[in-house]
Amino acid sequence: MDIDLLSNILYAMVRTGTPLLLVALGELVCEKSGVLNLGQEGMLLMGAVIGFVVALLSGSVFLGFLLAIAAGVLMSLLFGVIALGLNANQVATGLALTIFGTGLSAFIGSEFVGKPIQGLEPIALPLLSDIPLLGRMLFHQDLIVYLSFALFAAVFWFFRSSRPGLVVKAVGENPHAANAIGLPVMRTRYLAVMFGGAMAGLAGGYLSLAYTPLWVENMSAGRGWIALALVVFASWKVERVLLGAWLFGLASILHLVFQGLGFGVSPNLMATLPYAATIVVLVLLSRNQVRARLLAPMSLGKPFHAQS
Amino acid sequence: MADTQAVPPAPPRLTLRGITKVYPGCVANDGIDLTIAPAEIHALLGENGAGKSTLMKVIYGLVKPDRGELLWDGLPIEVRDPAHARKLGIGMVFQHFSLFDTLTITENIALALGDDAGDLPTLAARISEVSKKYGMELNPEREVHTLSVGERQRVEIVRCLVQPIKLLILDEPTSVLTPQEVETLFVTLRQLAAEGCSILFISHKLNEVRALCHRATILRAGRVSGACIPAEEDASSLARMMVGDDTPISTDYPKVLGEEPFLQVRGLSRISEDPFGVDLQQVSFDVNAGEIVGIAGVAGNGQEELLAALSGEDQIENHDAIHFPSGPVGHLCPRQRRSEGLAFVPEERLGRGAVPDMSLRENALLTGFLTGLVRRGMVSHGKVRAFAEQIIERYKVKTPDSEAHAASLSGGNLQKFIIGREIMQGPKLLIAAHPTWGVDIGAATAIHKALIELRDQGAAILVVSEDIDELFQISDRIGAICHGRLSPLKPTPQTSINEVGRWMAGDFPQADAAA
Amino acid sequence: MIKLEPRGQHSKLMAWLSPVLAGVLTLVSGAILFGLLGQDPLVALHTLLVKPISDTYGLAELCVKAAPILLCAIGLAVVYRAKVWNIGAEGQLLMGGLVGSACALALIDIEAAWVLPAVLLAGMAGGLLWAALAAWLKTAFNANEILTTIMLNYIALNLLIWSVHGPLKDPDGYNFPESAMFSDSAILPTLIDGTRIHLGMVFALFAVVVVWVLLSRSFLGFQIKVLGLDASAARLAGFREKRLVWISLLISGALAGLAGVGEVAGPIGQLVPSISPGYGYAAIIVAFLGRLHPVGILLATLLMALIYMGGEMAQIDLGLPVALTGLFQGMLLFYLLACDVLINFRIRIPALSAGKAVPATAPVNQETAL
Repeated sequence: MDIDLLSNILYAMVRTGTPLLLVALGELVCEKSGVLNLGQEGMLLMGAVIGFVVALLSGSVFLGFLLAIAAGVLMSLLFGVIALGLNANQVATGLALTIFGTGLSAFIGSEFVGKPIQGLEPIALPLLSDIPLLGRMLFHQDLIVYLSFALFAAVFWFFRSSRPGLVVKAVGENPHAANAIGLPVMRTRYLAVMFGGAMAGLAGGYLSLAYTPLWVENMSAGRGWIALALVVFASWKVERVLLGAWLFGLASILHLVFQGLGFGVSPNLMATLPYAATIVVLVLLSRNQVRARLLAPMSLGKPFHAQS
Repeated sequence: MADTQAVPPAPPRLTLRGITKVYPGCVANDGIDLTIAPAEIHALLGENGAGKSTLMKVIYGLVKPDRGELLWDGLPIEVRDPAHARKLGIGMVFQHFSLFDTLTITENIALALGDDAGDLPTLAARISEVSKKYGMELNPEREVHTLSVGERQRVEIVRCLVQPIKLLILDEPTSVLTPQEVETLFVTLRQLAAEGCSILFISHKLNEVRALCHRATILRAGRVSGACIPAEEDASSLARMMVGDDTPISTDYPKVLGEEPFLQVRGLSRISEDPFGVDLQQVSFDVNAGEIVGIAGVAGNGQEELLAALSGEDQIENHDAIHFPSGPVGHLCPRQRRSEGLAFVPEERLGRGAVPDMSLRENALLTGFLTGLVRRGMVSHGKVRAFAEQIIERYKVKTPDSEAHAASLSGGNLQKFIIGREIMQGPKLLIAAHPTWGVDIGAATAIHKALIELRDQGAAILVVSEDIDELFQISDRIGAICHGRLSPLKPTPQTSINEVGRWMAGDFPQADAAA
Repeated sequence: MIKLEPRGQHSKLMAWLSPVLAGVLTLVSGAILFGLLGQDPLVALHTLLVKPISDTYGLAELCVKAAPILLCAIGLAVVYRAKVWNIGAEGQLLMGGLVGSACALALIDIEAAWVLPAVLLAGMAGGLLWAALAAWLKTAFNANEILTTIMLNYIALNLLIWSVHGPLKDPDGYNFPESAMFSDSAILPTLIDGTRIHLGMVFALFAVVVVWVLLSRSFLGFQIKVLGLDASAARLAGFREKRLVWISLLISGALAGLAGVGEVAGPIGQLVPSISPGYGYAAIIVAFLGRLHPVGILLATLLMALIYMGGEMAQIDLGLPVALTGLFQGMLLFYLLACDVLINFRIRIPALSAGKAVPATAPVNQETAL
């Protein structure tokens, strides 16, 4: 395999992994606070359609991204009101969010399917992008990829050494104790859910404005779900999310690698790879039941209702 | 050791006037008045459900009262939230600790202190200093899940003491301690009071209140039913104030010794799969037909693991470690052990002993399915209902009917139902975990009587409990578990609370195979 | 401020009123939406909900759409009772269609009475196998079934597309991604001449009765319910958890597989890439809306089938996107979840009822009754 091909593969791996990274970082924060939001796919799609439609109509990709994030946050608030405010089952509410987001995005986007748009262009950082092999992968990407690096660092720092990070962990581990010592359980959870929404919205915008600059119904193709599995894969540790996102990025572009190497495998069969990889990863990570239970935030998915 | 010094005539630190709090279906606090002077150790006595917890949550700002006022150092005040309470100098030690297992002691305390915590190294130094001063040594860097229950309580107390404190509230603090640890705690509390800190000591253990507290307020059904100087009362007069005149206070039961062993445990060892769990080490004992064996111990010393091994939820590789008269049962699942005559009353009533969202009728079927309630895979709903109604009638379970959900019953009533359900299946061995925690005295007495009756019919009974008084009352033989090891069992009349207390702290000879 | 106040015991009345309320709220929101889109709300609702079933043909079509949804949803009622979150009815349905088609195409030259049962059994086996994978992953490796079943859905879809492009493609089909038409002996007979209503609806109704008996009368059903409500009680009572997970998933998978083969051997008559417009996902909503109760599910299925037909009708008559169906489905589920709060809590506005004590009973159980 020549170095150009390898460099291209690494470049595509990071690009493909970026939406996964964004969604998984958002969901990680959300789950650390004890909330399981299975609606990532719905938020992702809403971000994608709103971002695309806004950019197409306004001509501003920036505005597109901004409103994609807003759409994600709005969707997550819908989840928050029902799952946190009304104490509904988080699994069912998350599913509802995905079904609703899928339907609503298809509805909004039905007139815009297949329309062309000028997407986000990669920016080569001077000098750095000339580094062999890694230069293209890390320093010849578009703005959102760079932003994803920054967000990764921010979330890492948040949990490593900030007091709000400690509060989020405490609320996710034992909301009753947190409430008893006066930590704002509900506010923390709402904010975590909204952060998750913002990240999913941004990731959606990335899909329709940068990755493949167009809108197609259901274009997220399960990335929201894979990101959920990624959080399990990462054992709720931030640094592993990055690794996982890129690995899954690689699994998703393996058909390109195979084509590059001259193997002919049906694209439909190759398309099952990321999904199969997700299952394998889940199996490997969940096999040890006790360990899996210890890694997950202890109150994950359990409703909390303070009596006052 | 009773400290009966007169209460100093200072302006009260805390005054409550007419505090009322209504929850749907119950009046938790009904016009409660209470005053606590500086440096006073004040007991709040009452049965489970008398309204003690609600009242202290009102003081700590966790619950807003519907009516009534609160005076702090003579001035009316509304405690907004726990942070506000801490600013005033009110600290609280919860019964179910409000700690986070995966965080260090310093992080835990920093969380509670909020912005006042300062940087962590300084806080850690302060924690070490305070814990030393009050004789409760702690290493601030340790993660909470590595601590024993007693140490966790120290963290809760130290958390209150790292800031200036004027009133310390402790909710049933002794229920998780050995008798010796209780003594140490009392030394600390007296030291604090001597420095001018007021202490509100919530308990239902009369002897402790008499030993420690200057004054006591007694609650019954949400109201103040009496106030007294505990040292001038005896246990039974205090108990009367707690339960009223019409409830029988428990009696002494004759002790007997069984002869024919039913359950034989020999060299039972098991490595816990849970890293926070306790490994069982060479546990050996017998439970004979016609006797009650009690196992004491502080929570988290291997009781759960022992009970899971005995119930069959955990199966044992060494089948011989657990023997019924029919043979080894270590490899059998709970259902198979049931058909060999086992009945089991777990610690968690709701969510293990009974399914909260199922009716009593369905809950009767939960473990009663081996007694002819199911034919060819189909449930005979008529028979199940009759069985449930029998239990309700015979054990005086207060419920509208057998269709009421388990979650709607009070703890005591549900426990009577569960114990009734198990006993009515005619078990040869009954294992009961903490059978009376959290139930009122009336129900506890009824449960004790039911156990004694079953014993007198010739069943073998094993009771695991953290309530050492209860075990002395009903057990014929008694032992204690510590760090997964079991002390020798002795006939109850031949031992003392002190000796069992030492066993609870692990002070007993290495396991010999005797029983 | 509005406060939620625990009821203590959950309200049976509300459990059944909540879906009705959710339906009404969805209609109101729909009407508002139509208004915003410049349609006359009443005309639009009429097009959506009344017009599709205003003749016999429409009613028969309702049953055609209802059969696969009902089969999937009734199976989900069993797994969801066990709190096993099988989101994979869609994939199990697709695999049922795929395996059933493979069987039908293999037997395409045979004319015999046993062909149809063989095709149906193959379809059920396909769905069952797909669910068995999820059961195996869950019981042997503790892998979260929500994620595995979703992934299996995507894999099933890609396998289906692969087979109509490859091994099962009609050799005389001008390279269209479709299989050959099945032989008549592999086709489900229609029940009423001139309509497409077929034997699948009978199977679905039979499944409703069987599941009803299973859940309400049998000890197996009782064990499944206990496992779902309180797994540790089930363990202590000695119910075998893994076995129950297997059984419930297999039942659900087989029924979804039957739904899939019922489509290819029924109204479609061949294997095509789009054998399901999301019936397996719609069944999730139906299962919740029907309170996991067979009768409730039957009613909810009819509503869901109607929404599918209404979506198509709205596209033809009003020029609205067919995605309207998905939007209505999502709204319905959301409103249902929101209304379900009334089962365990009552809404209280403290300003209106200050100081009034509300009678109820003791502690709270916060798990929603799903």
